[in-house]
Amino acid sequence: MSATRPPSTLSATHAVLYKELTLERRAPQTLTAMALFCASVFVIFHFALDRNEIEGALAAGVLWVTLTLAALLGIGRSFVADREEGGLDGFLLAPAPRTALLIAKATTLLIFLLIVGFFAALIFSVLLLGPTPNATQWASLALLILLADLGIALVGTLIAGIAIQTRARDLITSILALPLLIPLLIAVTKASEPLLSVGGGTLAGRWLALLGLYDLIFGLLAYALFDYLVED
Amino acid sequence: MPTTNSLYGRRLPGYAIATAIVLTAAIGLAFFYAPIEADQGFSQKIFYIHVPLSIVTLGGFVFGGIFAVQYLRSGESRHDLRSYTAIHQGLVFCTGALITGSIWGKAAWGQWWVWDEPTLVSFLIVFLLYCTYQPLRFSIEDPERQARYAAVFAVVAGIFVPLNFLAVRLASPLIHPRVFSNSGDSLPGDMRIAFYTALVGIALLFITICKYEMSSKHSRAQLAALRRSISGEGNEPAPARSAAPRIAVK
Repeated sequence: MSATRPPSTLSATHAVLYKELTLERRAPQTLTAMALFCASVFVIFHFALDRNEIEGALAAGVLWVTLTLAALLGIGRSFVADREEGGLDGFLLAPAPRTALLIAKATTLLIFLLIVGFFAALIFSVLLLGPTPNATQWASLALLILLADLGIALVGTLIAGIAIQTRARDLITSILALPLLIPLLIAVTKASEPLLSVGGGTLAGRWLALLGLYDLIFGLLAYALFDYLVED
Repeated sequence: MPTTNSLYGRRLPGYAIATAIVLTAAIGLAFFYAPIEADQGFSQKIFYIHVPLSIVTLGGFVFGGIFAVQYLRSGESRHDLRSYTAIHQGLVFCTGALITGSIWGKAAWGQWWVWDEPTLVSFLIVFLLYCTYQPLRFSIEDPERQARYAAVFAVVAGIFVPLNFLAVRLASPLIHPRVFSNSGDSLPGDMRIAFYTALVGIALLFITICKYEMSSKHSRAQLAALRRSISGEGNEPAPARSAAPRIAVK
């Protein structure tokens, strides 16, 4: 009888990612909730600010606060099914590298955030945004959404891994994630501001560098520390 | 569970006496030796408390992260207790730094809170993050898991602090009076002596309070163990919800 080899990180990641996406496709919960949340918050902002159109710093603030709060919904749901249905125990019993769980969960969250981010940017431009960005500005905004969502996905997966073992899961997720995301929000709102202004503007390199640094640091931290969160 | 049986109170009287002497000297130097600052007048004296509190706070958070790394590497509960104490007292000192900073802001700029001031805003964000340390610990019942998760948090938060300062500084104009310029020390000699004495005094106060807290927790754990042995309840303490690390005594 030949001994079966343990799965590689890549194949384990692929298996968990496939499971996550299949779960969301068969029983859509997280994505639809996040998208509906964004649309509702834009409507609330319309009435709360009493403005039909917004631009510049205010537009950047409204867009990114909405996306961040929507991201908290996704982060909060990240490990819930695994914890409640025993998927986490099953994964820990398998001889798969635990890094695979981190990569798969972060990738799943990133995919969800990107879909919601682009959907939200689109309806935001229809519902609230005054100026019409040109193609270059849309491309810059897409780059910002990608970099910011990568950071949110990394921090979010780390926080979700911590919060899932606590009693007050939802509370812990929010109070931990929001302060940790402040540097990212500073960078992304400052970078978005000229893109959403009347007359338009260009993307400042230093905010892209800060976002890149944030993603790199939290990527390394998540890689180094995630194993301690799934020891038992 | 690993046992913690070291004597945390061993050098406590020495630290307490040194703290009292250095802090008294610092107050004397700040009020009677250092000159009155030309622009801000007497209100600038709060600088000798505010800036050392801020520096010691950051030091406390950094050491909280270093002890957390040591805990993750070794699994020894004494490192968890040290990390917990450093962060706990760091939070107390951070509150002091925010309050004194706010008072200084009112005296210097006429406002209790100034959003253009990157250092103060950074401290507020760091304060909000570290405020979640106790609720996080409290929401995990198993002591070993509580220590491990708290250590992960302490490491993440420790790395977050400089990144946060960088982001806030990039986003704000500089209006805070700089203690040290980029090219070197910008304090006059008399002020410098008073400032460094206050810094050493506040650092000693931090160490003394941390040692006192660890000693107190250890003594209470020993007392509880003695009570249990007298009443024949066994060695293991009864399960109880607490944010503080559980100390096992021999």
